[in-house]
Amino acid sequence: MMASSYNAKEDDGHHPGASGPGGAAANSKKPDNTAFKQQRLPAWQPILTAGTVLPAFFVIGLIFIPIGIGLYVTSNNIKEFEIDYTGIDMSSPCFNCSQNFSWNSTTPCKCYLPFSLDQPFESNVFMYYGLSNFYQNHRRYVKSRDDSQLNGDSSSLKSPSKECEPYRESSDKKPIAPCGAIANSMFNDTLVLYYIDPNGTRTEIPLVDKGIAWWTDKHVKFRNPGGSNANLTASFQGTSKPVNWNKPVYELSTDPENNGFINEDFIVWMRTAALPTFRKLYRIIQRKNSMTPTLPQGDYTLEVTYNYPVRSFEGRKRMILSTISWMGGKNPFLGIAYITVGSVCFFLGVVLLIIHHKHGNRSSADIPN
Amino acid sequence: MSFFGLDCVRKREREEERRLKANDRDYNLSFKYATNAIKTSKYNAITFLPLNLFEQFQRIANAYFLFLLVLQVIPAISSLSWFTTVVPLILVLFVTAAKDAIDDINRHRSDKKVNNRKVQVLINGELRSEKWLDVQVGDIIKLENNQFVTADLLLLSSSEPLNLVYIETAELDGETNLKVKQALTVTGDMGDSVTALAAFNGEVRCEPPNNRLDRFTGTLSFAGQKYPLDNEKVLLRGCTLRNTEWCFGLVIFGGQETKLMQNCGKTTFKRTSIDRLMNQLVLCIFGFLAIMCAILAIGNYIWELEEGSKFTVFLPREEGVDAAFSSFLTFWSYVIILNTVVPISLYVSVEIIRLGNSFFIEWDRKMYYERSDTPAEARTTTLNEELGQIKYIFSDKTGTLTQNIMTFNKCSINAKSYGDVIDYSGQRLEITEDMESVDFSFNPLADPKFQFYDHSLVEAVKLENTEVHAFFRLLALCHTVMAEEKNEGDLHYQAQSPDEGALVTAARNFGFVFRSRTPESVTIVEMGTQRVYELLAILDFNNVRKRMSVIVRSPEGKLCLYCKGADTIIYERLHQSCSKLMDVTTEHLNEFAGDGLRTLALAYKDLDEAYFKEWKQRHHEASTALEDREEKLDKLSEEIEKDLMLLGATAIEDKLQDGVAHTIEQLAKADIKIWVLTGDKQETAENIGYSCNMLREEMNEVFIVAAHSPEAVREELRKARTTMKPGAEDTFVSKTILGNTPKIVADETVSGEYGLVINGHSLAYALEPSMEVEFLRTACMCKTIICCRVTPLQKAQVVELVKRYKRAVTLAIGDGANDVSMIKAAHIGVGISGQEGMQAVLASDYSFAQFRFLQRLLLVHGRWSYLRMCKFLRYFFYKNFTFTLVHFWYAFFCGFSAQTVYNEWFITLFNLVYTALPVLGMSLFDQDVSDSWSFEYPQLYVPGQLNLYFSKTAFAKCVLHSCYCSLVLFFIPYGAMYDTVRDDGRDVADYQSFAVLAQTCLLIAVCIQLGLDMSYWTVVNHVFVWGSLTMYFVVTFTMYSNGMYLVFTASFPFIGSARNSLQQLNVWLTILLTSILCVLPVLTYRFLLIQLQPTINDRVRLKVLQAKAAPPPPRRRTRIRRTSTRRSGYAFSHVQGYGDLVTSRRYLHRPAKPRSSGFTPTGRSLVFNPTGRSAGYSPTGHNQSPKQEVEATSLQMYRTRDMSF
Repeated sequence: MMASSYNAKEDDGHHPGASGPGGAAANSKKPDNTAFKQQRLPAWQPILTAGTVLPAFFVIGLIFIPIGIGLYVTSNNIKEFEIDYTGIDMSSPCFNCSQNFSWNSTTPCKCYLPFSLDQPFESNVFMYYGLSNFYQNHRRYVKSRDDSQLNGDSSSLKSPSKECEPYRESSDKKPIAPCGAIANSMFNDTLVLYYIDPNGTRTEIPLVDKGIAWWTDKHVKFRNPGGSNANLTASFQGTSKPVNWNKPVYELSTDPENNGFINEDFIVWMRTAALPTFRKLYRIIQRKNSMTPTLPQGDYTLEVTYNYPVRSFEGRKRMILSTISWMGGKNPFLGIAYITVGSVCFFLGVVLLIIHHKHGNRSSADIPN
Repeated sequence: MSFFGLDCVRKREREEERRLKANDRDYNLSFKYATNAIKTSKYNAITFLPLNLFEQFQRIANAYFLFLLVLQVIPAISSLSWFTTVVPLILVLFVTAAKDAIDDINRHRSDKKVNNRKVQVLINGELRSEKWLDVQVGDIIKLENNQFVTADLLLLSSSEPLNLVYIETAELDGETNLKVKQALTVTGDMGDSVTALAAFNGEVRCEPPNNRLDRFTGTLSFAGQKYPLDNEKVLLRGCTLRNTEWCFGLVIFGGQETKLMQNCGKTTFKRTSIDRLMNQLVLCIFGFLAIMCAILAIGNYIWELEEGSKFTVFLPREEGVDAAFSSFLTFWSYVIILNTVVPISLYVSVEIIRLGNSFFIEWDRKMYYERSDTPAEARTTTLNEELGQIKYIFSDKTGTLTQNIMTFNKCSINAKSYGDVIDYSGQRLEITEDMESVDFSFNPLADPKFQFYDHSLVEAVKLENTEVHAFFRLLALCHTVMAEEKNEGDLHYQAQSPDEGALVTAARNFGFVFRSRTPESVTIVEMGTQRVYELLAILDFNNVRKRMSVIVRSPEGKLCLYCKGADTIIYERLHQSCSKLMDVTTEHLNEFAGDGLRTLALAYKDLDEAYFKEWKQRHHEASTALEDREEKLDKLSEEIEKDLMLLGATAIEDKLQDGVAHTIEQLAKADIKIWVLTGDKQETAENIGYSCNMLREEMNEVFIVAAHSPEAVREELRKARTTMKPGAEDTFVSKTILGNTPKIVADETVSGEYGLVINGHSLAYALEPSMEVEFLRTACMCKTIICCRVTPLQKAQVVELVKRYKRAVTLAIGDGANDVSMIKAAHIGVGISGQEGMQAVLASDYSFAQFRFLQRLLLVHGRWSYLRMCKFLRYFFYKNFTFTLVHFWYAFFCGFSAQTVYNEWFITLFNLVYTALPVLGMSLFDQDVSDSWSFEYPQLYVPGQLNLYFSKTAFAKCVLHSCYCSLVLFFIPYGAMYDTVRDDGRDVADYQSFAVLAQTCLLIAVCIQLGLDMSYWTVVNHVFVWGSLTMYFVVTFTMYSNGMYLVFTASFPFIGSARNSLQQLNVWLTILLTSILCVLPVLTYRFLLIQLQPTINDRVRLKVLQAKAAPPPPRRRTRIRRTSTRRSGYAFSHVQGYGDLVTSRRYLHRPAKPRSSGFTPTGRSLVFNPTGRSAGYSPTGHNQSPKQEVEATSLQMYRTRDMSF
């Protein structure tokens, strides 16, 4: 995109024959005649000229606009459904649950949210829970974990890192596993999705809870203490469950491949979000076959087991259903940004072209000497 | 030499008077005088670490980072791990310590070398060879020829008659002429008798150690008598014994207490203007940092009140921390995070760049002088960029602009001009070095160094042309030169002025060899036959007469008067019969003067024996007259020097250094003002001003200020100013005088070109506080300023004056000890090496062998250094601000919790590994245009003088640019990642992925910006840029790999995030978008600037592009020719000629001596050295009063001594 030229090697002005690098007298102080020392290294010398800058603008514009359109269209084609079930409004089915929440309640509070999809969701559908105003990126929160413990290190299991304070030891002086504020605040609502047939029957949609975490997290970063085949209950002997949890970590799931520290819900939660509003993958609704849509158009009910309090800090809880594309989930931002930048480039190109035509001869005018 | 330029140790306590006894160590030891060992090193093996660290932490930057480190280990506020600071800090400390250690080892080595020199010491009645460091005060030591003087000695006795010794003081004051010291007769009588010396028990009482080289007072008590001691009896350490077989001396001061060591003084630490600006900016940045942290702390307070207090369900507060305390902690946490706005690596990088550019100066073959094998030397490595900002150059004349060599260049004999080489077509050829010079082999006594190119003159001599013979006979006879013939045919002339030497040498080569003289005779060898002329009278030169004559009687008994002098003077005294010859000769003289040569006219007159006898009688009477002797003598001279017959004219070239005129022209084009400050007399200085094209005929006027009272000087300055700018008398002066703080005198523009010549007397008045502004204003309106007859101190005062009132960078260039003060005073001092001693070079910041290299030093190296440094600073501030401000924006989304955007390792390595080399590469190799184009357009230098490339405005632009970029770098990823998932539905908006995205965007954006800034992509730059980018990905993937995590679980929690996020297409699309968005405004802005307001730089670069990078066409070097008024230079010294001395017998004892002692002098002969300058110079520069006009030549010194014999 820039004009370039390689400068020619110049003669260094000294008697060339008498003083080659080797030809000089042995103890002469004459500096070596190397391109490096004489600052004559051949070089590419780009400069900004109309011939390079203007085309660059147009080319950027011409590349960016199609990319932007492509991104935008793709993003628009992604189907997404979002429902807020925090229960702020009196009318919300979860209002009662959110009002009556207490940490000590043993009976789970359930609420049912009916919704309908206007369009069928093809292909795999991903179910997310979204939280707002939840500062998972707060410094004290982010560091409140012990990676060694989560990696199955037995000494860290017994004495977690100081970073986990105040969730390091339980009140009876037992080490907490997993320790720290992140683990302690793990999202524990249970979401179940029902499809309401037009004839009124409720069928539970199978939700897959495996394959929602990164492979590296599941297989490298998180490991249960005592190896993969050990008895988890025994391995976690002598530790205490996190304060807010109802059950210990080794009872998160019945599937031994998905239990303990390598429980994927846990792993997903432990990957803290960058921003205070975030969504996390909860379940995958796998496509049954290519003939029927994964989620057909129609009515649904979301059953929420309301365990997770967010109203105290004005948080929000959402359930999101979304399909994906090559560019990930729905996000019109990139598409719009590309289209904007591309247009701006093009416009600037035109403006600069005009300016160049009017005033461009100034720089090439003769230099007074 | 090794013991120069090093720090001296302070005296422990004041010593009132020094008392010592010769050969009495016990007595002398009781005073605890310093021994002769010197120590210039700072550390030893044990003290190195603590002392060096202590010194290093005295620097603000290092202390600041130590402070940060302390903050970081406090858990409550530690937002970054300790290693982010420790790694760079240790690196910086280590590099500096290594450099200091190497320096100190070198000092140790040189100390050791000096301390271990051997000298013969008289101990217990016998001479023993001892090391220098073992010599004690009160010891008697024996020095031999060409040995260094061990310590400050009282001279006791010497091998030479009259107890004289000859010493060279080049190392002490830079003067190469020999000086004479003489011992007291009472001690001299001891000779080299060891028994007598061992029995010598004289007691010396003298002044305590001090730094005055030119003074010594004391008394010697010996055998019941007291003898006064003065400087004439003392040999100082640092001198070298010459032409003296041996001498004995008594050690008075040793080691640190010698005058040499007392004199080396503190070297003032020079800082560049960019340094000062940088310090100011760093202070601003600290303020900026504090403001940012305060904003964020307030934000944290509000957040804690509004959100944090409710969020305690999931994120409980630490005990005892409320919102206010939390905000206090946050303040410090952010100080740690945002500390990168004041990057530690900035200072290190700046030093590296300067060092690199210094090396480039030293490596430059075009600043290497083949003949003396001297490469340029950057003695200071911290001033390079200032070389690109020079506005004023103060130059010495002799030895700097001129070679101080006079050559006989042309002559006009009997209406025929010789000296030009003419080719077959009648065209005058330029004389070059490879031209064949005249072969003088017919003359065995010819000086082989003499070069002449016109063969016709030799032909004329060989054809025994009468006029030509008479011409050279005159040159061989009419002078006051002394000849010294060491071996048969090996003639050495000691001339009062180099002009005379050149003339006599010319005659010698053309077959009229001046061989020797006695008070009554002159012996010359005329075309092989020796003839003795009886010398009857010398009518000597002085400033009024401007001529000298001799009256001789030839061996045939013919009386003749030979006269040479300024052409105007001679022409008035010519016989009418020569009028025709006069016209032609005048033409020749004009031609010679047009070439910038100094001319003399030669004439003779045959005398009548009777008339002369009578005249001689009257002359004798007049010379013994008590009243009006001078007047009477002048009258008599006037009487006999008339009706002369013109012989011809000589033209002598005061050889300029090579390329001086061209260099000055180039520097003038670069808008650099050159002031010549010379100790020379006015005529010579003016002459050189013309010949090096500083003064020109086409100048509107050249003002000459040579008044003798302050009022007159002020009047002349005023007059000059009103001439230049009529009616421009303003209120400015009074304001300046009233104000206490020095004001900046703005440049005033005048139409037309003017020159100003001011002499030392007037300068003394002009430099008084009440008049200095007046002088400066007048001077700055002129194109050329020449100050003549100035003392070293005045030179420094002039430099200080300009420094004080002009916001401009000054450079002083000189070669001699008399230039040291100005070299030290100026922002940058340049020494011409390999000429007169070492003092100037040792005091200088840069040194090279030829004045013309200055052009390259400034226009190429200086310009590049400045450009590079500015580019570096702009880029560096941009890079670090952009890097840091992203944290600031992120704070608004993470509850002001001092969470970093990037991974800690990235923060640690960003400045040190990922971006260090590319920016270093740029600042070491960048060039906007090549050196030849820099010479083609010296105007390219002007932006540096105006501080255009890096200033507060430029800095503000950088900050704005960074703000924009950081906003882009945060919000584009923010928008792109908001609620986004991967293409397999899993998370990608997590903190770690976001960090990877943000840091990758940042790195690529700053790399592209670097690419945009860099205008010279060498292989090294490519390697650095692409290598660093590659390095980033390699290091990132390595650190985020499984292996690293499994080994160091706690240190690398980012496992897998690089793999998981960088495989996403939309991540790369985000990176592309941010990069383009970061660059777009810059590109537009720069392009618009080039289109609308192209700088000289842009234009030249465009031109270079158009010229397809071919080197610029060879310049048409027009030979500087002036059709000008004649400036006849009878360039004798400032003092009256020494005709008196020649005719008196007094000084002639010297030639006899070497023969009688059978000793051949090896060094320079001492007899005359009229070129010796600045005898009144004291290196401290403070002891002289401004009006002092000491200019005692060695001849005068010699004379006074002679009287006392």
